[in-house]
Amino acid sequence: MSPPKQSISLSCPVPITHSHVLLAHGGGGRLMHRLIEDVFLSAFRNPLIETRHDAAVAVLSGARLAFTTDSYVVNPLFFPGGDIGVLAVNGTVNDLAMAGARPIYLSASFIIEEGLPVETLTRVVRSMRTASDEAGVQIVTGDTKVVDRGKGDGLFINTSGVGLVEARHPIAPTRVRPGDAILVSGDLGRHGIAVMSAREGLEFETTLESDTAPLASLVLAMIDSGVEIHCLRDLTRGGLASALNEIAEAAGVSIEIDERCVPIRDQVRGACELLGFDPLYVANEGRFAAFVPEADFERARDVMKAHPLGAGAALIGRVSHTGDPTVVVSSPIGTRRILDMLSGEQLPRIC
Amino acid sequence: MRFVDEYRDSDAAAEVATAIGRITTKPWTIMEVCGGQTHAIVRFGIDQLLPKGLTLVHGPGCPVCVTPIELIDAAIEIASRDDVIFCSFGDMLRVPGSSRDLLAVKASGGDVRIVYSPLDALALAKRQPAKQVVFFAVGFETTAPANAMAVYRARHEGVDNFSVLVAHVLVPPAMSSILASPNNRVQGFLAAGHVCAVMGYTEYEPLAQCFRVPIVVTGFEPLDILQGVYLCVKQLENGRAEVENQYARTVRREGNAQAQAMVLEVFEVAGRTWRGIGDIPGSGLALRPRYASHDALQRFPLQQLAQSRDTECIAGEILLGGKNPTDCPAFGARCTPEHPLGAPMVSSEGACAAYYRYRRSPPTHYLPRKGGGETNGAPR
Repeated sequence: MSPPKQSISLSCPVPITHSHVLLAHGGGGRLMHRLIEDVFLSAFRNPLIETRHDAAVAVLSGARLAFTTDSYVVNPLFFPGGDIGVLAVNGTVNDLAMAGARPIYLSASFIIEEGLPVETLTRVVRSMRTASDEAGVQIVTGDTKVVDRGKGDGLFINTSGVGLVEARHPIAPTRVRPGDAILVSGDLGRHGIAVMSAREGLEFETTLESDTAPLASLVLAMIDSGVEIHCLRDLTRGGLASALNEIAEAAGVSIEIDERCVPIRDQVRGACELLGFDPLYVANEGRFAAFVPEADFERARDVMKAHPLGAGAALIGRVSHTGDPTVVVSSPIGTRRILDMLSGEQLPRIC
Repeated sequence: MRFVDEYRDSDAAAEVATAIGRITTKPWTIMEVCGGQTHAIVRFGIDQLLPKGLTLVHGPGCPVCVTPIELIDAAIEIASRDDVIFCSFGDMLRVPGSSRDLLAVKASGGDVRIVYSPLDALALAKRQPAKQVVFFAVGFETTAPANAMAVYRARHEGVDNFSVLVAHVLVPPAMSSILASPNNRVQGFLAAGHVCAVMGYTEYEPLAQCFRVPIVVTGFEPLDILQGVYLCVKQLENGRAEVENQYARTVRREGNAQAQAMVLEVFEVAGRTWRGIGDIPGSGLALRPRYASHDALQRFPLQQLAQSRDTECIAGEILLGGKNPTDCPAFGARCTPEHPLGAPMVSSEGACAAYYRYRRSPPTHYLPRKGGGETNGAPR
């Protein structure tokens, strides 16, 4: 056998820009970040929105008020460990908690697709009542709209919330400093994988349930114990990786974490291996990252571990220095790499 | 997951890296064929553990990257039809055609769906008899058996509204092309373990013999890859050129006979154009004539599609191991995942995407955990 001769041309086209909104613009990654920067922040610019925190904090008549809003479009509406209603309450409660606030009131708006069974709506609303009781908030106002069949995905819910800030010092990305310890409140990735396991075309058997939970009582316990908290961020769409990148950019710091220290359940890791996902980018609905000064790290960890929602808390890394906003991760084999923000959503791989 | 943990153990990795350092006396260039291996190498920083002068280059084993633009354009045109539900694995949706990608078709109202198996697309066709369901059959030998099974079942169960757009490519002809190229610098291969799990590795034996090149069938975990490199370097240092199997826990020499039979039942070997590379004879699969009624290209006559060409993208050179992504002047500047110049920047297995995601700026420093002599202090 003699080696065959080949003639090979080398070229690959083609630039594409985004003139329309894509699903990936809502995925919590770089595209969404840019959409917020270029479209929303540039139009709405003001000191409160520019803090880029989960909730805006304003002083009104002497009271420090936290205010936030969020919309919920999860598919399927019901998944292991929760449903869209539970998410709609806990998500907004958590956004208030990330500003160090005690959540007080919520609003709830429902955009319902024609044809949704009333029984489904009733189940969701009852879940919201149970979740709001558990979180210690009241749903005090709301709105209902019905759209034509095919113009919605069954049910969308928007919740807004107000709370009173209890932290003595501001909790915001701009307070993050080199040397800060970074803790997560528990194992990561369960919500994203639980929803995925119930999605049409992918159903796989798992005992995993969503981690959805109201985090305010845990945050308030940390505040009550006197821990100085520089920043909190709940790890929703885009997961830990996106949250750390957002904080690094907003604070102008570099972050280093050790992948071996990030708590991830075996079932989540297994599902991620199968799908070609990185668990560091998978969504959570009951987990947050806390940035605290080195001197307060042990107390913060102890308070978190003593609370049911923080029992799996772990130190995952530190803020290394100011300047280039980079997140670096030590790999399981001891090498180091960049942990970047995703461009869009993670898509299951071919093989 | 204890099984995977054992293949990500830092002490074991350091031990193999030390052994590689001990036996390496000359500079060698080894290509990992599969995009999944490329991502593992970059994600875990495996090349940081290798001795200086031992170079890993990335191969053409990303099926998304090498799918020709004509087929992407065909997919886009078919997916844009009102009567079609177009199903694809997730990776393909972001790959640019001449003017847009499948995600853009979806955004403008096309019924484009991500599926996780061609059999899911077949089931969808049964549920939606009034629609034409088209599955984008992309991939190497790994995905061919399941795709063949879907077509086989569609024919034998009379599911007439199911068809496939075939873009299958085969690994050995691509390796042969690389070795036959006058600019070739590849001296050894890490062959893709999952491809060999299906096809075995008898096809690789004449390649190793003809081109005097060692080929090591290799898995995807860090320790797999380090062991594959070790076996390959050992052959190179000893002047041997054989096929060895590092991935014996999964791969047998003869492969999976049942899967091969299903592929042969439905597909035949055909010439294929590789995006960024060109025509490689006998490097693809096409539906056999008896399954032609399930061929989307025959079912949907397409208009002549114009191509735009951007010569700035050096995907071909990267896919053939001639250059690294960071050698490209557009990398990270004019070419990013949001605005890709070529498929390797958007595919989840693309080498440029791996470098962009994990290597855009080098790690600040790296200290080996254990012995091992001199290592690459910073990525190349």
